[in-house]
Amino acid sequence: MSIARSAARRTLSVVAAAALVGSLAACSAGGSDAAGSATDLDAALEAGGKLTYWSWTPSAEAQVAAFEKAYPNVDVELVNAGTNTEEYTKLQNAIKAGSGAPDVVQIEYYAIPQFALADSLVDLSAYGLDDLEDQYSASTWGSVNVDGKLVGLPQDSGPMALFYNASVFDQYGIAVPTTWDEYVQAARDLHAADPTKYIASDTGDSGFTTSMIWQAGGRPFGIDGTDITIDLADEGTQKWTGVWNQLVQEDLLATTPGWSDEWFKGLADGSIASLVIGAWMPGVLESSVPDAAGDWRVAPMPTYDGTPVAAENGGGGQSVVKQSKNPALAAAFLRWLNSDPESIDIFLESGGFPSTTADLEDPDFVGLDYDYFGGQKINEVLTQASKDVASGWSYLPYQVYANSIFGDTVGQSYANKVDLDEGLADWQDQLVEYGNSQGFTVDK
Amino acid sequence: MTTTSPPTQLAAPTEPRARRSRTRNRSEWKGLAFVAPFLIVFLLVFIAPVVYSVYLSLFREQLIGGNAFVGLDNYLALLADPQFWEGFGRVVLFLLVQVPIMLGLALVAALAIDSARLHASGFFRIVIFLPYAVPAVVAVLMWGFIYGDNFGLAANLNDWLGSEVVTPFARNWILVSIGNIVTWEFVGYNMLIFYSALRVIPTDLYEAAELDGAGPMRVITGIKLPALRGAIVIATIFSIIGSFQLFNEPNILRTLAPNIITTYFTPNMYAYNLSFAGQQYNASATVAIVMGLITAVIAYVVQLRGSRKEER
Repeated sequence: MSIARSAARRTLSVVAAAALVGSLAACSAGGSDAAGSATDLDAALEAGGKLTYWSWTPSAEAQVAAFEKAYPNVDVELVNAGTNTEEYTKLQNAIKAGSGAPDVVQIEYYAIPQFALADSLVDLSAYGLDDLEDQYSASTWGSVNVDGKLVGLPQDSGPMALFYNASVFDQYGIAVPTTWDEYVQAARDLHAADPTKYIASDTGDSGFTTSMIWQAGGRPFGIDGTDITIDLADEGTQKWTGVWNQLVQEDLLATTPGWSDEWFKGLADGSIASLVIGAWMPGVLESSVPDAAGDWRVAPMPTYDGTPVAAENGGGGQSVVKQSKNPALAAAFLRWLNSDPESIDIFLESGGFPSTTADLEDPDFVGLDYDYFGGQKINEVLTQASKDVASGWSYLPYQVYANSIFGDTVGQSYANKVDLDEGLADWQDQLVEYGNSQGFTVDK
Repeated sequence: MTTTSPPTQLAAPTEPRARRSRTRNRSEWKGLAFVAPFLIVFLLVFIAPVVYSVYLSLFREQLIGGNAFVGLDNYLALLADPQFWEGFGRVVLFLLVQVPIMLGLALVAALAIDSARLHASGFFRIVIFLPYAVPAVVAVLMWGFIYGDNFGLAANLNDWLGSEVVTPFARNWILVSIGNIVTWEFVGYNMLIFYSALRVIPTDLYEAAELDGAGPMRVITGIKLPALRGAIVIATIFSIIGSFQLFNEPNILRTLAPNIITTYFTPNMYAYNLSFAGQQYNASATVAIVMGLITAVIAYVVQLRGSRKEER
């Protein structure tokens, strides 16, 4: 204990010391605000140089190798600085310290506003990258545009769909639900037929909840510069809690935390019979749940009234950090990474789900058979979901923090099996308080 | 501990007064040179962070609007923060229950191994100490698998018993589960402190006790426990510090019981999440300073009480 503590304390003081340096260097930190154009990017690639790229995507290594082969003057150092929040913490610290941040960094869509708002990311329209708009799906393009600035280029996307274990569904004679009412009924039927089986596992996941609210038509977070409104009791949100409360309160959800070993086991043995999740899931299922090969299928996400509508769940892109000493070269690498066909092919091969419309509409991609899914052409479902994503969603400019306290608030409703609206109200209160204490103007 | 003063002290040559004052300045500088390596590191890794944390705790930096001096506002806000007090109350409860159990077990183990009645005492010594050698993170992951109530040992037990009896991750049991891990980890360490204190008791005391007809229990109460008092005070202080700094175990188990272990489960977790998830470095520094002060005061009181008994 004491060793751990002193380590934690040491980290804290290093961060603290780093913060001091950061405040001293603050006046020079934003110095690389260069203007340029597409020709500047080509010139930068020609001139070459060194870049650092933080990413945890499985395709990063092969992409960097292909890039270095195509542009031998450029040397890209790939660093896996941890997955999602782990990386964001490091990035945040490096930005605060004024040095140590990478040139190009992977950031998920929900976290982009947080870094954009702190003015830590380069506006890529200065390099003419806003011309690439037509290449990406509308929802992912919307996610990398914050306050009128293009702060990244989309890489993958996660339109949601219903992944279900067909062998379990068949065994108990359960039809694939198309509406949420049918889904709840399927949950009851399955659990009644075999008490060890659950339609899904959910112990409270902020990313899932926000996506479900998104699909239900809720728009709880309104952002206008530093003026924020938070309403986690709007019509759409209540539509979702109306459905999900039944599952939580009737004990119809497994309580296995997502991404734990037990969760993967549950996906393999059929005790967790379905997942409502982003289109990047097939690659995860194939690699982490190999035992269930042939069992799983994909269907459109259930809806409230039969009109197809989906939401994004996860997914992200890459951004150029303002600290970069060579932002033009960084932007050029980013342009190649997320728009060059060679790079995107590598990305698709690694099991990624694209954000580029050319690939989403490519018959070869759409018509691909997946052995894991019993030969189903799952991309037909997933690319349609991509088109059905509802517009107008935004995340909070402090969504990373918001998600970190989700368990303290909404998680309590899950744990006590009580009304999710109570937990959401609690979440809202804490988010309002935090926002105001951080200098935003937050209204309920 | 009762130690006889070393005889060398009596024989140490007393330097002539005159010479000493003449060389005083020079030898002081020489002494400083010897202390310097320690002093520099000490200032750099201990004093500087403390000073910087105090400095941080007097400011408030916002995502929007920059940095401002706020005096003691952060302290006032913390003292009125129910999340902080909830976490604090939890570690106090942990301290009051887990530490006596752990030290009691360590004491029994040390006395048993020292009793000379145990076969293969060296084996027991190493086995009891072994968990301390397992890195805390690995230990907690391992216990996490044992506790797992869907697929872990707990689940197997429940299947066998036919009902949900063993639920280590339930709200009412989580602190017990953590206490069990901490006890498992640190019994051996504390046992070793006690055992080494027992080994330095002069054997003639035992011989005298035997001549006086004292039984083994009388030897324990009359000789061993008084001799252990200093070691017990030290072990208690270590354990108090450890309890207030509880972090690793709950933080790792959080992935398995996310709704039960909150981000403010212990003061240290609260400080960690304030700074790393919320970027509230100032509030975090304030938690660290307040917890440091509370720990220092309580450890000092324990030490005073311990040494007062010793004088009596």
